[in-house]
Amino acid sequence: MADGAPVDLVQFTLNGHSVSISPAVGERLSASLRDRLGALDVKVGCNAGDCGSCTVMVAGSPRCACLTPTHQVAGLAVETGAGMVSHDPLTHRLAQSFQDHHAAQCGICTPGMLVAATALLRHVAAPTEVQVQDALGGVLCRCTGYRRIIDAVVAMGQGWQAPPDDGPVGTSTRRVDGWAKVSGQEHFGDDVAPDGALVVRVIRSPHPHASFTIGDRAAWLAANTGLVAVLTEADVPGLNRFGVIPGFIDQPVFAESVALFRGDPVAAVVGQAAAMARFDPAGFPVTWHPLPAVQSVADAMASGAPLLHSGRAGNVMGGGIVACGDAGAALARADVVATGRFTTGFVEHAYIEPEAGFARVVGDTVEIHACTQAPVMDRDSMAAILALPPEKVRIVPTAVGGGFGSKLDLSVQPFLALAAIRTGQAVRMAYGRGESMQATTKRHPSEISVSIGATRDGKLCGMVLDGIFNTGAYASWGPTVATRVPIHGSGPYRIADYRATSRAIHTHSPPAGAFRGFGVPQTAIAQESLFDELAAQLGLDPLEFRIANALDNGEPTVCGQVFDVGVGIRACLVALRPAWAEALVDVAAFNAGTTGVRRGVGVASGWYGCGNTSLANPSTIKCGLRADGTLVLHQGAVDIGQGSNTVITQIFAEALGVPMAQVTRVGGDTSQTPDAGKTSASRQTLVSGNAALAAGKALRADLLRLCNAAEDAVLQLGTGEIIATDDAGPHRLDLSRLPTDAEGYVLSASGSYDPPTRPLDANGQGAPYAQFGYAAQMAVVEVDLATGQTRALRFVAAHDVGRAINPALVEGQVQGGIAMGLGMALMEEYLPGRTENLHDYLIPTIGDVPPIDTIIIEEPDAHGPHGAKGLGEHALIPTAPAILNAVRHATGFAARSVPLDPSLVLQATRKAVDG
Amino acid sequence: MSYLTPKSLQEALAALGTAGVSVVAGGTDWFPARGDRITDQPVLDISALPGFRGISQGQGLIRIGAATTWSDLIAADLPPAFDGLKAAARDVGSVQIQNAATIAGNLCNASPAADGVPPLLTLDAQAELVSAKGRRILPLDQFILGPRRTALQPGELLAAVLVPMPQPWERGAFLKAGARRYLVISIASAAAVLGVDKGGVIWARVSVGSCSAVAQRLFALEQSLIGCPTDDLPVVTADHLAALAPISDVRASAEYRLDMAGVLVSRVLAMAAQGGRQHG
Repeated sequence: MADGAPVDLVQFTLNGHSVSISPAVGERLSASLRDRLGALDVKVGCNAGDCGSCTVMVAGSPRCACLTPTHQVAGLAVETGAGMVSHDPLTHRLAQSFQDHHAAQCGICTPGMLVAATALLRHVAAPTEVQVQDALGGVLCRCTGYRRIIDAVVAMGQGWQAPPDDGPVGTSTRRVDGWAKVSGQEHFGDDVAPDGALVVRVIRSPHPHASFTIGDRAAWLAANTGLVAVLTEADVPGLNRFGVIPGFIDQPVFAESVALFRGDPVAAVVGQAAAMARFDPAGFPVTWHPLPAVQSVADAMASGAPLLHSGRAGNVMGGGIVACGDAGAALARADVVATGRFTTGFVEHAYIEPEAGFARVVGDTVEIHACTQAPVMDRDSMAAILALPPEKVRIVPTAVGGGFGSKLDLSVQPFLALAAIRTGQAVRMAYGRGESMQATTKRHPSEISVSIGATRDGKLCGMVLDGIFNTGAYASWGPTVATRVPIHGSGPYRIADYRATSRAIHTHSPPAGAFRGFGVPQTAIAQESLFDELAAQLGLDPLEFRIANALDNGEPTVCGQVFDVGVGIRACLVALRPAWAEALVDVAAFNAGTTGVRRGVGVASGWYGCGNTSLANPSTIKCGLRADGTLVLHQGAVDIGQGSNTVITQIFAEALGVPMAQVTRVGGDTSQTPDAGKTSASRQTLVSGNAALAAGKALRADLLRLCNAAEDAVLQLGTGEIIATDDAGPHRLDLSRLPTDAEGYVLSASGSYDPPTRPLDANGQGAPYAQFGYAAQMAVVEVDLATGQTRALRFVAAHDVGRAINPALVEGQVQGGIAMGLGMALMEEYLPGRTENLHDYLIPTIGDVPPIDTIIIEEPDAHGPHGAKGLGEHALIPTAPAILNAVRHATGFAARSVPLDPSLVLQATRKAVDG
Repeated sequence: MSYLTPKSLQEALAALGTAGVSVVAGGTDWFPARGDRITDQPVLDISALPGFRGISQGQGLIRIGAATTWSDLIAADLPPAFDGLKAAARDVGSVQIQNAATIAGNLCNASPAADGVPPLLTLDAQAELVSAKGRRILPLDQFILGPRRTALQPGELLAAVLVPMPQPWERGAFLKAGARRYLVISIASAAAVLGVDKGGVIWARVSVGSCSAVAQRLFALEQSLIGCPTDDLPVVTADHLAALAPISDVRASAEYRLDMAGVLVSRVLAMAAQGGRQHG
């Protein structure tokens, strides 16, 4: 039937209640549960059984709802994660364990994890780690690194110590927003649209480079029942361009006659939900004329290569340089030099939540509710696209099911807003997994050539680095990568003679943008691998070689920046000594007694400058007190799972002197909350944390003044009153007697912070960041000599965070970063057109991430709140080189590319055996 | 347009005549193959068809009904020759997939990387096909003809997989190589069933998946295993692997696949020889 009217009535029980629906033939249970029955805790991450986030219980067995025909559950009992948390005491306790163990970060995979774990726990009350891994192997998590999830399920049989909900800075409290995540109540991008919203789908280029002509839209629309509108570049009222770096606003909302990558949008179709569920984009009237494409930097830099952007000769988007001393002369006088050319491929963020949201027009304002890492940047970009003043665009961030950098750029927002304006109705869209992978940014593929010298006494002596980065079709965050690479290329070491250059090259590939580390992880692979080769040439222990060359307080970085305090890399490396010594002994003993497999141990360092490079990036945090005593924190630092909601609240509550539980948070809605900047560059703890500290202190000062209380007074927030108790006794302030402002506050305060930096000169000399964070990680691996396959057995990670505001959140970032670094080292490479799903693009599963010991180092920073430093990107940077160094230790194979190709390991080990 | 859940084999066979009908059991291959959109094509759901789900024994055969899931198989009490098939079952996707996906679906989907095919080949499995015209039985290697291609005729259903009752001293083993621990499509897989008597191999069946259009038995190797002591099996050579013709794709190169085939075959032989109850 053309209207798709369903004919069969299907009855089953959902979370104990009898339900009756009329699904379409072949409708997925996930769609029925979400769209017809409101079970929004059933998350759709891939529609192919690859991610497990839609796992539900069917007649007591976990199944992927996305692979289950709804008709098949007729007469059966279906239970969902949220449903079981509310009706099954076992799952409720499991959710508490998840909350207490910080087993949920973004929370998008949590309902599926709960279902899979409940199925295990119903049969095995006290499961082992291996049983948990076997039971949960079908649910992917991209945030946590899985170890806390294992802990949470294993604890069900052993009991656990519950953490507090409140505590001063330094306390591992629960997440303030944790229960919504672990109970499946959290609302992500695809969970917020009103009933009856129209649906938008984007028509994208199937070719890496093609011109196109769109046929008769009106006739096509008229011929397709249920479709409402077609949008193209002609429908963009303002600037048909967006971007994130001034001067590089080059990405069109809709391509304008030529598409520059596979996935470039050319049109959007809006229609009724039932029609759009059946919509086949292949039927859209567009004619493609494929053009010669350059998809590698070599092709793009060749003479005569097609130019992607006029004004960017040779397809060079830009570059960066840092030079100090005389690198060439230093290398010439070095006793040993290690040299290598290292390559890495595209890496996909693979958050489990594809981009999604909805938009509507309210009065003269366009409202966009979507998952994002950067609400104010979204607002300003959308204002330009829509030709509206920024205050007529309202961005309401939903919970974010993982971001890692890619949700800094616009995705669904322009299509939603244009469709809402065109139709005057609420519109929604969610990218499919393939679309999300095709259309959104990736980690930059890199080709990095490095030479590093050292003298016989074990001191570094000169380094030259040249990095070429494939930045894809549009600029996105490519300029940031080009800038950061030379600054960070030395690693956290003292190198007096240094020259590093970078270039970002356009190709007909997906835009490469921000991804946890902005080029630094790629660079660290090259530099840290060669450090091991230098140590080997010098006959030195790799860890001691690093300690001897570690940067110290008072020593200049390669940018000439000198930190008087807070350079914590030496402390991180030294902290690894006991584990390193033990691992070397264990590995040697194991290898002596075993054939067929070899173990190895490797170490690597990392550093990362927090905040924007030599650019302002302020945050403002606002707070207000209502007459009834409600304390509101306008917290715009988007929590993408890393924990900024908790960290900011913890800092603010302590500064003000009230319990965290008394803080009511308002999120990053741009109509209500000042700009706390983007969640990127490991900046939120440093920048927004300082703003929260200032806001809390300001409100406290106002309150103490009004109470006439001493500075050390203890505040109590009561109903309609404040009591400040000092040596003189309690001072009461009746809030109802104070005037109320336009926002309903009797008192309000705000704090702003912008980290101090200085511009870089022509040689990259200056003060690019107010602070760096530091890390050193050790990996133990086992290599199967017959297959060449590498398995990580253990990590020890020492991270200098200045001050751990919430140590459990620190561990969460470290574990999640290591899992991502492990994926980059061992399995992840995105190939446009070939790995656009989560079964050809592999990320680590719960069985791939070994135990991780986290050592928190606290070398206080001069600027961070309570001395704290950022952490998000740092956790990933040392992981891949530590793994590669461990493989080298095990087998002698010196990798020059990731993901590590087992066939190359095999060739090398065979050669070693034969030779 | 309809969702058909026949109550008898007769009804099911009649429903096969519905224009454009898809036969669905677990749905785990069917949904991903058709993309995200609803097509409104009729569906014939055989997952609850009487007599289609479950494992039974009789007349010298073990009969695995077409709608038997991998989880059903894992839970079933089966002779040690089935240890390889059970190991493969535990490696099919994830627990969620194993709870829905069926052994028969794995065969009808005819993927070169199907986890179930190598162990079923080593069990000498046969396909029991039914149609209005009657019943026919094909050896598995005559049922799967190529990638996504089977001998299933219009109007015909795969009703069961039949395995000749193994002897208690037959031992099975299976391994697959992939780039991660769970939820992985194999780079290569291998299965073996060895008949062992008095410490020697009295006969052998060995097969390899993901290294040819259809998983292959290694007959030459099987021959050379006969009479070997279980603690001194022959080295797997290139000649033994001559039936394989691996391709290069995003998961691995052809050369690496062939390497893996040799390694996995050696390992499953050792496992089967030693008792077959280990898992890689």
